[in-house]
Amino acid sequence: MTEKLLVEAVNDALHVELARDESVMVLGEDVGRAGGVFRATAGLLDRFGENRCVDTPLAEAGILGAAVGLCMAGWRPVCEMQYDAFSYPCLDQLITHVGRYRWRTGGTMEFPITVRMPYGGGVRAPELHDDSPETYYVHTPGIKVAIPSTPADAKGLLAAAIRDPDPVVILEPKVIYRTERGEVPDGEHVVPLGKARIAREGTDVTLVAYGAMVPMCLRTAEALQGEASCEVLDVRSLRPLDEEALLASAGKTGRVVIVQEAPRTVGFGAELAAILAEKAILDLRGPVLRVTGFDVPYPYWKIEDMYMPSVERISHAVRRLIEF
Amino acid sequence: MAQVAHGEPELRRVIDEDRELDGVGEQELLDLYRSMVLLRTYDERSLVYHRQGRIGTYAIFWNHEAMQAGSVHALAREDWIFPSYRESAIGLLRGMPPATVLHWWRGHPAGWWNPSEYNVASICVPIATHVPHAAGLAWGKKLKGEAACAIVYFGDGATSEGAFHEGANFAAVMQAPLILFCNNNQWAISTPLSAQTRAETLADKAVGYGMPGTRVDGGDVLAVYEATREAVERARAGEGPSFIEAVTYRAAPHATADDPRAYIDLERVEQEKKNECLGRYERYLRRLGVLGDELEAEIKSEAADAMRAGITAAEAEPDPDPELLFENAYVIPPPNLREGWID
Repeated sequence: MTEKLLVEAVNDALHVELARDESVMVLGEDVGRAGGVFRATAGLLDRFGENRCVDTPLAEAGILGAAVGLCMAGWRPVCEMQYDAFSYPCLDQLITHVGRYRWRTGGTMEFPITVRMPYGGGVRAPELHDDSPETYYVHTPGIKVAIPSTPADAKGLLAAAIRDPDPVVILEPKVIYRTERGEVPDGEHVVPLGKARIAREGTDVTLVAYGAMVPMCLRTAEALQGEASCEVLDVRSLRPLDEEALLASAGKTGRVVIVQEAPRTVGFGAELAAILAEKAILDLRGPVLRVTGFDVPYPYWKIEDMYMPSVERISHAVRRLIEF
Repeated sequence: MAQVAHGEPELRRVIDEDRELDGVGEQELLDLYRSMVLLRTYDERSLVYHRQGRIGTYAIFWNHEAMQAGSVHALAREDWIFPSYRESAIGLLRGMPPATVLHWWRGHPAGWWNPSEYNVASICVPIATHVPHAAGLAWGKKLKGEAACAIVYFGDGATSEGAFHEGANFAAVMQAPLILFCNNNQWAISTPLSAQTRAETLADKAVGYGMPGTRVDGGDVLAVYEATREAVERARAGEGPSFIEAVTYRAAPHATADDPRAYIDLERVEQEKKNECLGRYERYLRRLGVLGDELEAEIKSEAADAMRAGITAAEAEPDPDPELLFENAYVIPPPNLREGWID
């Protein structure tokens, strides 16, 4: 075990997986010489050479499209999208090809593509460096999606994604890249897709979150100590989803607040709420509540804190639910 | 406005000039002819099958056979082909059974072949988005030290798409062994080339990517063959991608659902039909003394038999198992995939 920052754990995973499997290669904008704008790919070019850590032209659809062909040639590409909202041009490839190509070949070919990107707000950045696009990805058939909230999971989920035979999108919460520090297993470390994690045990209310909203929920749970006992469920894997863990925690507390920083309407929280409505209705002591971003473009950073779910807004939802 | 017209002098030609190509003897000439006849027969029969309700909507490629056969014959078996829907039957030239392609147009999953069996990628339905795939395959082969190159087919309209640009540029930057083959039939459904670009020729676009661009008569199978052979040699020599603009004129509707009378120049269509690529090649082969009535009848009858067997096999295929709904999208499917299904 070594103590690492979340972004260092991402880097560690890439080093371990490239060393483990020589068909794994990294491609993206500024991933080579610069080592990535967040340094997630630092050291890969020197260690593995220019054929396995490739600086590409500025072409997000080209990167992901090329990755489809690279798979056909026997590679296991790991594509970096420099920022969440810079990934939108690659949605064309993702929707029209990446999620469908295996199916289109009657299941005869595999497309083990990993797409990883820093996502989310709170970093005082210009427009389109702050989005939470997970819903677009989860809504696309053929794609798996995972979002870590701890350094150990950042390493383990990325390793699982790279080894998975299906395309996987990993969204890395950039606001906690260098604030979340934790013990990370050395060498090979895999956290299987499809397993949620209880980040904190509690008995009154379940806070369901992923990414940077997990530490936000943990802070809320801490703040509410003595008033309400909050369980925090870290979803980790949006598809495949660990429904069992969600239903078990809802069954235990009977109250669920879902927290996401993405806009509200048709966000992933709506899917979680629908599952609870379908499968946990008799366990629930009140409505499933959502604390989310708003249905507006991610705001100018002078007022971004007003957009982001906060301890105050999450506490408000918890109190409403307990008083219901 | 610049008009690219079939018949301009700068197009590379072989047939009309009665040139002969090095390394192309009687056997090769007849192999090319067999391929063209097979494609032509596939296309003409498909139109009939569509009218009879035996296949669904179908993208006609009549008069594109010279471009498809001429270019594929310049490839080696290990080279990869990335077809658009206009090249749906190009796999026949790699030994794919006609029934497989007919299945595809019948909406049956038996038509979804394994690309690595034929080195023919799946049919790309959206425009130009397969250009980056071909660039990635070619680049990936090069990185692995393999000799294979790739060819990607697209129409004139595709050159307006972002994916064409990203794929072409990617291939050039990576010096990928790729042939970008544009079948410029001058129409994207109802949009003429003049509304697609202000470039004088589509081959001019190659300059911006730092790759050679060449224009050939798309109705001249040997000109297409020669141009593709040069591009393949260049790719194998590690000199990177090339762009081929094969110029023709769409003498048939875009697809079975299209009625071009509303927009196309009907006189021009009639003129093109008289000069269609298979007839031109037959006349050339006859001038050379390579083709006679008997051989022509034999080759055409072989192709007709293959199509008869193909449609018979396609129609004999049982309906797909509904369980296929849930198969093949994932190697390891998520557990809730069948949510809502009544067993």
